[in-house]
Amino acid sequence: MNEDRRDFLARSGRLLFLTGAAQLAFDAVLRGEPEAAPNYRTTDHWWGMIIDVEKCIGCGNCVRACKEENDVPREPFCFRTWVERYHVDAEDMERPEVDSPNGGYDGFPERYRTGDGSKNFFVPKLCNQCAHSPCVQVCPVGATFESPDGVVLVDKTYCLGCRYCVQACPYGCRFIDPRTETVDKCSLCYHRITKGLTTACCEACPTDARVLADLKNPKDPVHEFLRTHKVQVLKPQMATGSKTYYNGLDGSVR
Amino acid sequence: MSVFFGHRGHLVRMAALFGVGVTGFFVLQALFVPKDFGVYGHYRAGALDDNRARPAAFAGRAACVECHSDVPDAAKGGRHETIRCEACHGPLAGHAADPTEKKAVRPDPRVLCARCHAANVARPARFPQVDIAEHAGQEACTACHTAHNPLVPPAAGQPGPAPGGTVPPAETPKGETK
Repeated sequence: MNEDRRDFLARSGRLLFLTGAAQLAFDAVLRGEPEAAPNYRTTDHWWGMIIDVEKCIGCGNCVRACKEENDVPREPFCFRTWVERYHVDAEDMERPEVDSPNGGYDGFPERYRTGDGSKNFFVPKLCNQCAHSPCVQVCPVGATFESPDGVVLVDKTYCLGCRYCVQACPYGCRFIDPRTETVDKCSLCYHRITKGLTTACCEACPTDARVLADLKNPKDPVHEFLRTHKVQVLKPQMATGSKTYYNGLDGSVR
Repeated sequence: MSVFFGHRGHLVRMAALFGVGVTGFFVLQALFVPKDFGVYGHYRAGALDDNRARPAAFAGRAACVECHSDVPDAAKGGRHETIRCEACHGPLAGHAADPTEKKAVRPDPRVLCARCHAANVARPARFPQVDIAEHAGQEACTACHTAHNPLVPPAAGQPGPAPGGTVPPAETPKGETK
């Protein structure tokens, strides 16, 4: 009885002086377990990504990690992220030769030689997490949306599989999951970033060619990076508000 | 005019039908549209939690070093220092949750090392890369290199390490995210 009253007083005291989220965290600390990010607030974050083309070595780690993490079908046309290899004649960047064998899942078998007057490089691609997404604008049922923290997500229970968004995305980042006939795309590992982890692709990237960025966090090194580097987004003329910034991007990349 | 008023019945019936239609619409809407639709925008607010519900397959380095604290020490100052554990060892959240039941598998160095270090024209020139067959023959990479700190110090009287090895490590302006 005495014990119960003490518990009651302690609990009401915490409720009085702490917010609900802080109390949850406090209880988790008392129990000695890590809390499942009870303090995550969507309004505190604005997610994006930085991709440094000059660092990408085309190992395909991101592609494999993404498929593993997000249970993406192994079919060679289902990718939440993939890597493209560009082979560009130095004087003719209008017509690059682009290939992406199985999205880079199995790496890139050597195809080109040095000294043929061309440049060759890898470009990782993923959902650009646009702030003004064409795909969101065309969805007739509200099955895809920009979350308050700046991630374009899919509501699988609402998706009709009408494929409007697949056509609307200027970057080709969406596909139809053959198992469910609903659309799927990069969620920027929403289940990870909301728990304080980085995305699976960034976790697996050995050269830090891709780095998750929280544009609302003043301590995130992204701000310093954007100040000191000349970056570009893909297809800026589409005014999609892309938040995937590419460093060292060649003009031939589409 | 008289024709119009003489057929008042038609208007009343039409209005009644319209009323039933509108009421029916709102009743069906209340029944079928989830309560949380439109809280943040034109979508179901619960979809955010649905997206968060997926379990993570990659545990993250912080979880790895809780037990394997010797590895960061071994990699310190080396070329592989900043690489996260699961970049090479694969997703191991299951192992992190239950280390006795789920064992991590040691990767095959001939396959693993080649993924990054096999020569490829499209790779940045400053990245260390070799023709595997020419560089190592049939030997396993780990016969000479330590995986966690791969640079082989040059033997006395020998030139520097293998091609690419003389290049300074890639700068990491962004460093770690976590």
